[in-house]
Amino acid sequence: MDVRQSGRAGAAPGAAADDGDGALVRELRAGDERVFAELVDRMTPAMLAIAAGYVPGRSVAEEVVQEAWLAVLTGLDRFEGRSSLRTWVFGIVVNVARRRGARERRSVPFSDAFAFAGEAGDEVGPTVDPGRFRGRDDEWPGHWASPPRPWDLPESALLAGEVRDRLRAALDVLPPRQRMVVHLRDVQGLAADEVCAVLGIEPGNQRVLLHRGRARLRQALEDYLNGDRA
Amino acid sequence: MTDGLDIDCDELVEIVTDYLDGALDAGTHRRVSEHLAQCDGCATYVEQMLETARIAGTLRAQELRPDMRERLLGAFRGWKAAGTPPG
Repeated sequence: MDVRQSGRAGAAPGAAADDGDGALVRELRAGDERVFAELVDRMTPAMLAIAAGYVPGRSVAEEVVQEAWLAVLTGLDRFEGRSSLRTWVFGIVVNVARRRGARERRSVPFSDAFAFAGEAGDEVGPTVDPGRFRGRDDEWPGHWASPPRPWDLPESALLAGEVRDRLRAALDVLPPRQRMVVHLRDVQGLAADEVCAVLGIEPGNQRVLLHRGRARLRQALEDYLNGDRA
Repeated sequence: MTDGLDIDCDELVEIVTDYLDGALDAGTHRRVSEHLAQCDGCATYVEQMLETARIAGTLRAQELRPDMRERLLGAFRGWKAAGTPPG
């Protein structure tokens, strides 16, 4: 079982740009607004998630993303295809957001700064409610007392609007660093090594953030799907 | 105790992502696989983590706030106008 083999389009691991990226860049340079709009729709939610990991507040994050898109356009001639267009764009967001984050830090009182990002926002402890497992004096300590019930819904029902709405709502309220990683890995379909390169984090840290984020999202879906049918 | 069940369920759920990403050492990976073959609760849990990731992959085309989208397209037009060679 490997989530990377789930057959999602555009999830190909490996950093090299394909011909599709070359064509996209040519069309952007030629001023094709339709191509730009498509990229904006596809990538801006992940870019906002990245920005929110470095700067406080949605309006500042939106400014960062807008500045990043302009940097992408003015920097198109410097795109050499050594990475995919996506990872190049995400790298630019990280740079813009870091610079802006540093500036914000200098301009707000120290005590107010940065509950929004960094380690302080990351919780520790189990990702599944310990109450769902048997106690230490049980015959089977640490084994499920209330195991998850299968969702066994048809594919069409899982991908229907309401399930996705629930998931999106849960994604929007993840702690910022978990949100960044889940956006890049699961929503955008980047490979683990690409995410590490873009965000400048260690593989182990990347997996911890992904795991905690996915566990919360799974719980949100369980609350909805099982609660609804109970 | 049987093979694979020397990992408790409450331990397994914390290494699911390491398992799916192939980041566990070979021995632990094998014990997780064995546990999953025998434990419906954990098998369901792992299946649901994969399902969650898969549904997240369909959010990619989620709609952007219209005003944000318009601002970005406006910025594109500005960039394009500025870059158009004279004549």
